[in-house]
Amino acid sequence: MSASGRPGDEAVDRPRQGTAPLLSARGLRLAFGGVKAADGIDLDVMPGEFLAIIGPNGAGKTTFINMTTGYLRPQAGSISYDGQPILGLSPRAIVARGIGRSFQLPQLFTEHTVLENAALAIAARAGLWSPLAPLLRPAWRTEAMAVLDRFGLAPLAGQRADALNEGARKLADIAMAVALQPRLLLMDEPTSGVAAAEKMGVVETLVRVLREAKVTAVFVEHDMEVVERFADRVAVWSQGRIAALGPPATVLKDPAVLRDVIGIEPPTGPPAGLPARESGHA
Amino acid sequence: MADWLADNTLLLGLALLDGLAYAALVFMVAVGLNLVFGVLRIVNVAHGSLFAIGAYSAASLGLAFASAGLPPWAGYAALVLAAALVGAVLGPLVERLVLRRIYGQEEVLQLLVTFALFMILEDVQKLIWGVQPVSQDLPMKLLGTVDVPFGDDVIPFTIYQLFVLPGVALATLIGLAWFLRRTLTGRVIVAVTTDKEAAMAMGIDAARVTLLTFTFGAALAALGGALASPTTSLVPGIGAQTIVLSFAVVATAGLGQIEGAALTSLLIGLGRSVAVYFAPEFEVVVPYIIMVAVLLVRPQGLFGVLETRRV
Amino acid sequence: MSGDRDAPAAAPAHVQVHAQGPAGVTLAREGALALLAAAAAILVAWAVPWLKFVLTLALAKGIAVLGILLLLRAGQVSFGHAMFLATGAYTVAFVAPRIEEVLLLLPLAMLLATLLGLAVGLFVVRYRDIFFGMLNLALSMVLYSLLEKLYDYTKGTDGIRVAALRFAGTVPGRETQEWLMFGLALLLAIGFGLLVRAYLGSPMGRALAGIKTRETRLEFMGISARRVLLFAYVLSALMGGAAGALVAMTSRHVTPQLAYWTSSGELVFIAILGGAGSALGPFLGAAGFELVRVYAAAAVAEAWQLILGSVLLLVILFAPGGIWGMLSGRLRGRGA
Repeated sequence: MSASGRPGDEAVDRPRQGTAPLLSARGLRLAFGGVKAADGIDLDVMPGEFLAIIGPNGAGKTTFINMTTGYLRPQAGSISYDGQPILGLSPRAIVARGIGRSFQLPQLFTEHTVLENAALAIAARAGLWSPLAPLLRPAWRTEAMAVLDRFGLAPLAGQRADALNEGARKLADIAMAVALQPRLLLMDEPTSGVAAAEKMGVVETLVRVLREAKVTAVFVEHDMEVVERFADRVAVWSQGRIAALGPPATVLKDPAVLRDVIGIEPPTGPPAGLPARESGHA
Repeated sequence: MADWLADNTLLLGLALLDGLAYAALVFMVAVGLNLVFGVLRIVNVAHGSLFAIGAYSAASLGLAFASAGLPPWAGYAALVLAAALVGAVLGPLVERLVLRRIYGQEEVLQLLVTFALFMILEDVQKLIWGVQPVSQDLPMKLLGTVDVPFGDDVIPFTIYQLFVLPGVALATLIGLAWFLRRTLTGRVIVAVTTDKEAAMAMGIDAARVTLLTFTFGAALAALGGALASPTTSLVPGIGAQTIVLSFAVVATAGLGQIEGAALTSLLIGLGRSVAVYFAPEFEVVVPYIIMVAVLLVRPQGLFGVLETRRV
Repeated sequence: MSGDRDAPAAAPAHVQVHAQGPAGVTLAREGALALLAAAAAILVAWAVPWLKFVLTLALAKGIAVLGILLLLRAGQVSFGHAMFLATGAYTVAFVAPRIEEVLLLLPLAMLLATLLGLAVGLFVVRYRDIFFGMLNLALSMVLYSLLEKLYDYTKGTDGIRVAALRFAGTVPGRETQEWLMFGLALLLAIGFGLLVRAYLGSPMGRALAGIKTRETRLEFMGISARRVLLFAYVLSALMGGAAGALVAMTSRHVTPQLAYWTSSGELVFIAILGGAGSALGPFLGAAGFELVRVYAAAAVAEAWQLILGSVLLLVILFAPGGIWGMLSGRLRGRGA
């Protein structure tokens, strides 16, 4: 409830039904040594919207996702989800509330098959704690295949995850997050590593899947074409702050944004296989 | 409490002196184990066997020197010579023939390979020196004892254990710290420890560094054994005892810590010798209890650094 | 230890010891092989009576090694698992004078080992890799020295002789008793083997294997990796307890050596020797280990460890899939 009732909060003026923010961050601060990865982040994510996060490497984009999913704890500020504070909860507890995430570096079970990766996510949603019945029971196998099929991964289902190419691993990573059926999905550079020729198709598929499932999405993205076509709003990250926020049509025409963000960003993102990393939290 | 202290001053004093000497030996083994782990990323289960073989070799060499009519002080040369020999022969042999084949492989395999080496060396040691106790305490006796005052009492304690053992350990600690921080070879070793890929990309010959480090670590373990040999009679099984104790030290201190290993050796050495005098049935348990207690509070060890995984 | 384990197919194939998933060999073939192995064991026990004793011990150790195998699936190696075996064995030795019934002693030994496994497990599952291995080692050494030093209760290194036992109320003759122990061990081995096989293919078992490659992902799927590991750990302790009870009942003599770290090392040794790819591996490994030990000790009494160690080295360097890997490789019609 911390988000509503604040003066100047855009959510306040609208009818509460369906328009209270799903995720609301206030005053997030986190510094690694002298580097301010979050320097007063305020952000509301509305139900059903696709919010893109853009900005140069080291601006704190991944840090925001890490704070929201409980992997990093901000030094100050608050985060609420669905009106409930979630700061201080473990990644596990946050996932249980319906926030999923995918990773810049795909986090797959490399010695499992692609099918098993997806099935494990489905099993995790069901609570996992059955030690005797097989993982690949008919119902879960069918559902896992369906999820993989939606991402075009069905032909690779029997392969070990470490045998996939970078693009397929990225998709499998997102497929696992989707299989958990989150209400809010945070994606860290979902298209990096995906071959340029396939990129638009992949994003279209992804967006369709998420829209069908009524998933709200926040995604870090370097490709402005993707942002322009698929994002409802764009947040521009710069040195741990949000420098601009609004519809892509407005924000991407902002001269300051063009100069400071897009000017120094290669349009297709960092080269495949070697994604540049955020300011370190190691 | 005061009464108890007054009654037990003598025992406490003995425990302190014993513990110090014992800690010195434990440190010699643990620091080598730590150094080798830092560079090779392998926990060498056979490290204790090098200690044992160093001890047996020193005793044999000392006896041989004595029967050859060499002056008694040659016994000290025998200790150092035996350690150097064991390190120079077994170090390269083990590293080149066996360990080199398993770098970067799964930890389980690496542990098991060194466990196999341990089994082999254990029997090699029995085949050479038999199962009867071997002892050569001339280097300790030669220096005589000194009276250490404790309260109203006086404890006669061997100069060898009071000064030589801690002295060598301290010299090793200082020398090693200086070597790793101030010399080129030392810095190269540290570089490989910190980031092997980066070090190799800079043109460092990692193969040479691993060979050098392992040989040096082996020599340190053998020196520990050689120094221990005059203070005890040698029986099969000392290798197995030594290695688990130095595991405890390394895990308690945190991996890769040299000064930390020294302090932890002291802690564990003293803890153990206090147990020897006051609760002998718990002598063997104390080091592990210390270790478990420390890791409960600090999972990365007393001086270890937490690593965070990047996602 | 925090490196990215994601490098696609960069490691040479022979590096992966327990990579062969359940897909490796079909259930039918594995089942057939298990039946064949069981039949062979019975045949050998019948043809060479003194080997019955060796095989019973091998089956018992194989059960303990099944537990090691579970932890290996999570990429963890316990250098202290003999503590659960010793717990089971000493439970039998302590209680046998009061309760002589094998069918009561066995579950009791399993229960106590399970409880110890839960207590120790709650602590050690917070650690990984070297620390996990060393903590297990340390705790097993605590048990070892208690068994060795508390002479009034344990008779120290002399150990305790196990009193005569009853089977379902009857006191069988020596020959019958040996067969009963052998049969019991075989039955338990098959039971635990099936259990482990089902478990490893279940969601929890597959999540356990996920700890080895992507523990963080488990957390981000809402799963507690510690709880997943704890379940496996307690299960492995239970099997260790059963193995220990069988060892005590078969050898009729328990000593602290059962808990010494080298005994734990042997269990890991057997796991690798047999191959971690199948629930059958531990039993193949244990049989191989005990046979080599018996014959090596008979041939060169002073150097059986040397021979075992050399065998282990050769297996790891040249046949990393273990005995199971060699067999299944042949079954699939290509070298392992």
